[in-house]
Amino acid sequence: MTTTTDPQRPSENAADQAVHLPLRAAKLPGWAPWLVLALALATAGLIAVLLGWGLVATGVVALILYAVALPTWSLAVENRRAATDRLVTTTVWTAFLIALIPLLSVTWTVVGNGFPAFSQEFFTFSMRNVVGEGGGIYHAIIGTLLITLGAAAISIPVGVMTAIYLVEYGEGKQAARAIRFLVDVMTGIPSIVAGLFAYALFLLFFGPGVRIGFGGSVALAVLMIPIVVRSCEEMLKLVPSELREASYALGVPKWRTIVKVVLPTAMAGIVTGVMLSIARVAGETAPLLIIAGATDSVNFNLFAERMMTLPVYAYYSYTQPGVPPEFGVERAWGAALTLIIIVMTLNLLGRFLGRVFAPKTR
Amino acid sequence: MSAPTATSPPPTRTKKRRGDLVFAGATRASAGVILVALAAVAIFLTTQGLPGLTAPESRLGGESTFIAYVWPLLYGTLLAAAIAIIVATPLAIGVALVISHYAPRRLAQPIGYVIDLLAAVPSVVYGLWGVAFLGPQLVPVYRWLEDNLGFLPFFAGPSSGTGRTILTAGIVLAIMALPIITAICREIFAQTPRLHEEAALALGATRFEMIRMAVLPYARSGIISAVMLGLGRALGETMAVALVLSGARIITVDVITSPSPSTIAANIVNGFPEATGVGVNVLIATGLVLFVVTFAVNFTARLIVARSERNTVR
Repeated sequence: MTTTTDPQRPSENAADQAVHLPLRAAKLPGWAPWLVLALALATAGLIAVLLGWGLVATGVVALILYAVALPTWSLAVENRRAATDRLVTTTVWTAFLIALIPLLSVTWTVVGNGFPAFSQEFFTFSMRNVVGEGGGIYHAIIGTLLITLGAAAISIPVGVMTAIYLVEYGEGKQAARAIRFLVDVMTGIPSIVAGLFAYALFLLFFGPGVRIGFGGSVALAVLMIPIVVRSCEEMLKLVPSELREASYALGVPKWRTIVKVVLPTAMAGIVTGVMLSIARVAGETAPLLIIAGATDSVNFNLFAERMMTLPVYAYYSYTQPGVPPEFGVERAWGAALTLIIIVMTLNLLGRFLGRVFAPKTR
Repeated sequence: MSAPTATSPPPTRTKKRRGDLVFAGATRASAGVILVALAAVAIFLTTQGLPGLTAPESRLGGESTFIAYVWPLLYGTLLAAAIAIIVATPLAIGVALVISHYAPRRLAQPIGYVIDLLAAVPSVVYGLWGVAFLGPQLVPVYRWLEDNLGFLPFFAGPSSGTGRTILTAGIVLAIMALPIITAICREIFAQTPRLHEEAALALGATRFEMIRMAVLPYARSGIISAVMLGLGRALGETMAVALVLSGARIITVDVITSPSPSTIAANIVNGFPEATGVGVNVLIATGLVLFVVTFAVNFTARLIVARSERNTVR
């Protein structure tokens, strides 16, 4: 980072040489961490081979060896502070590696258990009159799609319009600040509470024990609106005010400026935010279990009767697999894998569309 | 509106266009819908929950009062969330530091994206993973804890043979809270004034000393609120706990035994499909308790964020 004086520089007189203070502290070479890492891995691997340990134990031992060896070496060559720094660097990167383990493990487990369940029958059959082997998730896919679409149809207009209010109309107003704060608080509503709310709401119209697909949409909308509002608000804020002013200067009314100038400019970000919020609620289970219920049959009507959804299907297939249990459990993993695929596709699609719709800046 | 003092109206005040009025009205109405929805959640839960508060003993699992019924569940909820936060917070701060200060610039963004993927995995999938993979993997660990640390009340045992304990549930919740805490922490770490960091480095600080002197003090309130938001997520999470835990309404500090204390949300999900009559009201009332607790936690967290934002603007 800093280039110091060359220690070999010839000095003017000999007395200077005697009290020469090095301006540069001793430092481990840049490849030192890698060397220690390789040695630690090799040592742990050797011990593991000799004692017949598993992969996890080997990794842990290698990590401990590394975390001890590198700071010790640093302490010997450099100084105490540098050694602490290296120890902290190791700790921080370890935290990151630990955080990666569940992601890899979840993917591995779900793909490994769920893939064998995939077949043509699995995607095209419902569970009607199925005992034991066979049956599929067709009814659950339909339910998830319809309920999520319903939630999106409620949330996107409300969310986008609220974001427009916050950015374009509410600037500096007390009301806007309060709404922004409450939207933030709303983000933290537990999903099960949203489900109970939808149940209590539809209880008024349909009486006790109500199970209705649209109620699931309402519950998901409660969870989805705040996400849409926040992401849209961020995107609308990014639109440069020069664009608005140019439009006003041409005599364009404010609402046409918003519809024709502000929204198209922010469209990329809004689409991404909306897709991510859909992906977020598509995997929600608890509210649907409460208000949409569970069924074995296909139901295309959002406004009547019980409706199966993928997460609820996975939950019930696992907890109540039937006799013999292995088929139910296998279907549960298959449904979980399908759900992950849908959610990840929405996620990636959102990010991809964000790039496609991005306005050409030059 | 103050009374006009000038003889002629100011020239800038033009007639409002109808399109403007309609559009502005529509945006205002949407904002109103959010307020109404939030109020409706509170009102509907209260009206439907009230009958549950005075439910007869037979509907309260043998308890005489509603408080006695909900207390063990609330305890389980808080215990699971506490375990989750204890596990997740150090990890999240570490990951956030990797993204904001340690990783090379080109790697930082993909790393952030990978951590965001953790948040995209549906909770029921985490639940399945927790009960089918993580639980059995932890059984020998619990046995070891019982044998070697059994003198601590937390690990008194007998250790669970299936791994379906509140510690397993807490770890799963930690994984779910991690991306939330990380996302907020890394935003705040990245906002540290560049000059503070460079000043620290110019004085000869190592990277860790720079982080300790410049980044962490600046981010303190942000970290607190991030942890509280993660806590809100852990408190309200349902499916992962319902699947992982073999729960009962009991109070124990032993985290490696089954049955473990159940949580409010898991109790609702397990009981709701079969509940009838006033039993439903009891469950809704417990939901109201959960709503109040999470609302309070989130409210406080957001208040801290809002205050720290105001301070940084100044």
